[in-house]
Amino acid sequence: MYQYNEIDQKLVDERVAQFRRQTERFLKGELSEDQFRPLRLRNGLYIQTHAPMLRIAGPYGLLNSKQFRTLAHIARKYDKGYCHFTTRQNIQFNWPKLEEVPDILADLAGVQMHAIQTSGNCMRNTTSDHLAGVCVDEIEDPRPYCEIIRQWTTLHPEFDYLPRKFKIAVSGALHDRAATQLHDIGLHLVKNEAGVVGFKVLVGGGLGRTPVIGQVIRPYLEKKYLLSYLEAILRIYNLYGRRDNKYKARIKILVKETGLEEFTRQVEQEWQQTKDTLVLTDERIDAIKTHFAAPPYDQAAALDESLAKHQKDNPAFATWFKYNTANHKIPGYRAVFLSLKAPEVPPGDMTDTQLDAVADLADRYSFSQIRVTHRQNLVFADVKQEDLFSLWQQLDQLKLATPNIGTVTDMICCPGLDFCSLANAGSIGVAKEINEALDDMDYIHDIGDVKINMSGCMNGCAHQSVGHIGILGVDKKGTEWYQLTLGGSSENEAALGERLGPAVAKNEVTKAITTILDVYVKQRLEEESFLDMVKRVGIDPFKEKVYANH
Amino acid sequence: MQIIKDNQITNDTWGHRPDDTELGGGDITISLARLQQNGKDLINHKGKLGVRILPSDSLEGIADYLPKLALIELYFPELADGRLFSHAWLLRNRYHYAGEIRATGHYLPDQVFYLSRVGVNSFYPEKAEDLLVTLASLNDFSVKYQPSVK
Repeated sequence: MYQYNEIDQKLVDERVAQFRRQTERFLKGELSEDQFRPLRLRNGLYIQTHAPMLRIAGPYGLLNSKQFRTLAHIARKYDKGYCHFTTRQNIQFNWPKLEEVPDILADLAGVQMHAIQTSGNCMRNTTSDHLAGVCVDEIEDPRPYCEIIRQWTTLHPEFDYLPRKFKIAVSGALHDRAATQLHDIGLHLVKNEAGVVGFKVLVGGGLGRTPVIGQVIRPYLEKKYLLSYLEAILRIYNLYGRRDNKYKARIKILVKETGLEEFTRQVEQEWQQTKDTLVLTDERIDAIKTHFAAPPYDQAAALDESLAKHQKDNPAFATWFKYNTANHKIPGYRAVFLSLKAPEVPPGDMTDTQLDAVADLADRYSFSQIRVTHRQNLVFADVKQEDLFSLWQQLDQLKLATPNIGTVTDMICCPGLDFCSLANAGSIGVAKEINEALDDMDYIHDIGDVKINMSGCMNGCAHQSVGHIGILGVDKKGTEWYQLTLGGSSENEAALGERLGPAVAKNEVTKAITTILDVYVKQRLEEESFLDMVKRVGIDPFKEKVYANH
Repeated sequence: MQIIKDNQITNDTWGHRPDDTELGGGDITISLARLQQNGKDLINHKGKLGVRILPSDSLEGIADYLPKLALIELYFPELADGRLFSHAWLLRNRYHYAGEIRATGHYLPDQVFYLSRVGVNSFYPEKAEDLLVTLASLNDFSVKYQPSVK
């Protein structure tokens, strides 16, 4: 993974010093709340329902064991002993004290981490495929480009005060695991007719209040133009994006109101004037690529015969293997998912003890690296198959081996009304109730791939509009109601869910979900996934049952 | 009032003339609209002439006036409106304006490092007592990832 050089380190150190001065000025009354707000947001600090919330960047979801130990230390020293992993591969602490935040940032800088631009109307953490570099369907590893973009976006002098937040995702595989069609800019590594790898560029996707699927602005972009093209898009957005209404300020609205054709013309015209002044050289790409070289894989790993035996002897292990591990490009290796969706735990949360233990396991089994997925789980990307059984036993002890990856209880969930000042409704409690109702693992496995995404408000942090089943908390005269959608997807065939009908009361959500799943089980064709069935029959059969008693 | 120009504290000689006021003499900035409407009459102005650019202004057509302008003032109605950063960048890189570009209005010392990197070379702080912190903030960072305007 990328290792800081002196320049990178100096930059984060100087950022900590700057924020320390800013915090002091605020506490002395020299900066007003309105003045301090954009400064603290650009350092990941929100003021929330109970306390400030600090969001830390997980650069394209890639972290190491040393960094995990620091997260554990921060959870213990400055928080209440846990942290939360987000859909943008970031980490959140819910209970820091404002005056201690500079110290937390200094601790993070010590392990090459920061909270720069994790909130505020600026370019955010670039996200990517959690299986980058190890998956079997990859055209090229996207991580070097993510790092190049990370550096380019960090403290960009021209684009730090955009109309609204701006998110970039990069995918290098055939299967889009980075939801690139739902980002302000989505980048796909693709080959042109001559077989040369470049980027397909999408623009104007996004979730939130007005979910929109991104459109192709350029089918093929040579790598050397990556940054100049991003710069051109950002400049047009910075100049012409709406600033009169924050709900209409994302680039998706600009693209929609301008029209894709005219927007593309403006970007291309801008780019023609700058493309040769900001060229990404092969030397630079190669230098960054060295940071992502393959680890020293064991050539003998494929000779292992113990896996098949363990699978045969231990059905629980076999189930976990089936759901919580994925193919690896090197024979004898698997990518392992650590489920942060144990039934009794808020989705995406981890305790300090778990963080430390995972760091130790990563050191032992996966070259000291840990990845964060955009479905709020973790991945050990490079585990030898002969180690799987032992790893599973240890993960099980840590309650990180629930065999539910990609199933209905692998829910994405925002912090909701319990923690977030924006929320209209609770989400963690509802998730818990759904989890309790779905306690039969065989039933869960029979249902298979159903993605439930639940947000406590229209800002849509949990991407409810692209959940196979989306749940959106809304406020109706002071009570919590939930709007259900069906048929959304953030993958290759990206789609926005269709509204099932009127919102349901809080105590009816779980019943509605189990009813939807029952309709699926009864009416599916052989081997038909939930999403395929919704596409085939539409929402009516589900609607009929869910609202049968209304 | 003192300002910072080219990393030095110096006395300010400029004043802004709102659209509904007499031009008078001295070194003055006027709105872009007034410049475009009364361009010819302004040739006789005694003193230096500059223009005040707002975030919502379009730079299209400004090229004709640039040789006559001794100052371009980028006026922040609020600190979070980032369009002026692109205006500064365009003035230096696209229009090759070599004169003084000054930040005025409601912005923070914490933004001057960025402003200096997109081509702003003088700063009129919102609060006079912020002069020193503004000067110091020009050196908030000794490293950077992107090219700066020269």
